[in-house]
Amino acid sequence: MQIIQYLINGISIGAVYAIIALGYTMVYGIAKMLNFAHGDVIMVGAYISFCVTNYLGAPAWVALIAAMAVCTVLGIVIEGLAYKPLRGTPSLAVLITAIGVSYFLQNAAQLIWSSSPKSFTSIVTMKPISLLDGQLVITGEVLVTVAVSALVMVGLTLFTGKTRTGKAMRAVSEDRDAAQLMGINVNRTISTTFAIGSALAAVAGVLLCSTVPTLQPTTGSMPGIRAFTAAVLGGIGSIPGAMLGGILIGIIETFAKAYISTQLSDAVVFSVLIIILLVKPAGLLGKQVQEKV
Amino acid sequence: MKKLIAMCLALVMALSLLAGCSSHSGSDSDALKIGMTGPLTGGNAVYGTAVQAGIEIAVEEINADPNNTLKLEFQPQDDEADGEKAVSGYNVLKDWGMQVFIGTVTSSACNAVAPLTVEDEIFLLTPSATAAEVATAGSSTFQMCFTDPNQGASAAEVIANNWPEAAIGIVYDASDDYSSGLYDGFKNKAAELSLNVVCETSFTGDTKSDLSTQVTMCKDAGADLMFLPIYYTEASYILNYASRIDYAPQYVGCDGMDGILNVEGFDTSLAEGMALLTPFDANATDEATQSFVAKYTEKTGEVPTQFAADAYDCVYAVYQAAVAAGVKASDEPADICAALIEQFTSMTFDGLTGKGMTWDSEGMISKAPAVVVIDGGIYVPMD
Repeated sequence: MQIIQYLINGISIGAVYAIIALGYTMVYGIAKMLNFAHGDVIMVGAYISFCVTNYLGAPAWVALIAAMAVCTVLGIVIEGLAYKPLRGTPSLAVLITAIGVSYFLQNAAQLIWSSSPKSFTSIVTMKPISLLDGQLVITGEVLVTVAVSALVMVGLTLFTGKTRTGKAMRAVSEDRDAAQLMGINVNRTISTTFAIGSALAAVAGVLLCSTVPTLQPTTGSMPGIRAFTAAVLGGIGSIPGAMLGGILIGIIETFAKAYISTQLSDAVVFSVLIIILLVKPAGLLGKQVQEKV
Repeated sequence: MKKLIAMCLALVMALSLLAGCSSHSGSDSDALKIGMTGPLTGGNAVYGTAVQAGIEIAVEEINADPNNTLKLEFQPQDDEADGEKAVSGYNVLKDWGMQVFIGTVTSSACNAVAPLTVEDEIFLLTPSATAAEVATAGSSTFQMCFTDPNQGASAAEVIANNWPEAAIGIVYDASDDYSSGLYDGFKNKAAELSLNVVCETSFTGDTKSDLSTQVTMCKDAGADLMFLPIYYTEASYILNYASRIDYAPQYVGCDGMDGILNVEGFDTSLAEGMALLTPFDANATDEATQSFVAKYTEKTGEVPTQFAADAYDCVYAVYQAAVAAGVKASDEPADICAALIEQFTSMTFDGLTGKGMTWDSEGMISKAPAVVVIDGGIYVPMD
């Protein structure tokens, strides 16, 4: 029975990684940049939700919407102020800027909310399901997180596949210059991508803190890095890949902790990543792009 | 436009040069210079900022005392709990003319700085770096807190006295000197007292965001008592997750657990019945504690933890020793160091974190660890 409990634990944290990874992969796929500040937008989303529920006494859904609204605006502002001026510069410059934004957000959060940890009240009010005399416990958070991440994945796939904006995004992803020549507003498309990615980050933040309730200014950074790994494992740029990668990383991590060593779990996770990338360099579901010479 | 910016920058540089001058000339004044490094930003900032505020309150009090002949001057530096940054912060403080060092806040950083202070003959008194290596680094390094192995051993005794039959599960932070030290001390003593440890599991700084597996492991091993030699930040998550999976063991924590009741949003009913070793109780009714808690709350908006109280005591202990030895602000750090060593190894000090504290020649403190139980959301002394 143990093994199933660990599997559930793994899926639970994996589904959170999956939602974060979806944000990473969207922004990378379309803007071709690694937004390392994504983890910290998650943290901001969680803080907003915490403030709205604890200080204003609003219900959970209001908190979620408020967090999404604030993060969307934050994402657009970050993109406009920090990344847009760097369009066309070497990707290294953008990467360093992203790391800078990440530090900025962490320290700003520390100034606003102080470094003392806060305990996030889960937005899920569902009672845990206890099976086999309490040997197996499925918490409400697991079910909600898995459902939401699946929903977000399907939603994003449909959005990029069917809508005009989604098609524009794919076109920009494919070839930015050609898209511009075809009359697509590249800047606006990238801003929209950031807006969606940041709104997703808010959802991820609320779900992350519902699963792991300790909220600190550094809360987003480690899950952010895990989720980035998940996005690479699944094939960065691929929406189903992010989902698959997230869940896999969650499960591998939990099993490594339970059956190998709690101290070596990261080593196991990253070894798996290296092996998979050696066999499939583009990730599990990533597209192999032929370089034309 | 560029010229204007360049002019402005030049002006700023010139001004900062002047500022440097003035502060330097001021530093030869009549105040004893106390330096501190600690994590003021980053993941451990909660401990560093508490220590900083504790020191500041004590320094303000002492300087405001009209009968006082020895004024104090205080400068903090950020080390982000990192050894290298602590060393560079320490060097900045030395350039400033620091005469006494109260720090560092965390053990790993202190292990890096302590040997340097011994070499430079600067007196070191740490409020909260509990590693045994800090005290043994030299004759001039002293601790205000318990050493980790001693505290771990005390925890084992507390468990042996109160829950001799318990099946014990342990979760500790393997990447943290404090937690590992407690764990080692506990393990040795537990073997000696033949306690029944059924599950030992750990996490690291990088994997602490998800501890559900560790809790599940303890539950599956049938542990009915969880010993948590960790800080309250991670403990609040463990308690939360355990309650979600209907697991309610007896919890026993150490002084790093102090603060768990003040975590904003934390359901304190989860911590009911937890026993912890702590030298400081913010709910104590004596006048000194009450006045400190009031000042701290006014300054920071939070309730002080033992980190703040230990830091406050550090300043008073140094002050008491310095006055007794007739130290003057114009003395060389090495002379002050020798005078303070003599005082610390012979004096008795009463502070917020204990009465009748003494130090041995290693620099380790002797004070009674108080065991409290959380009852109705406050600490109650355990009988």
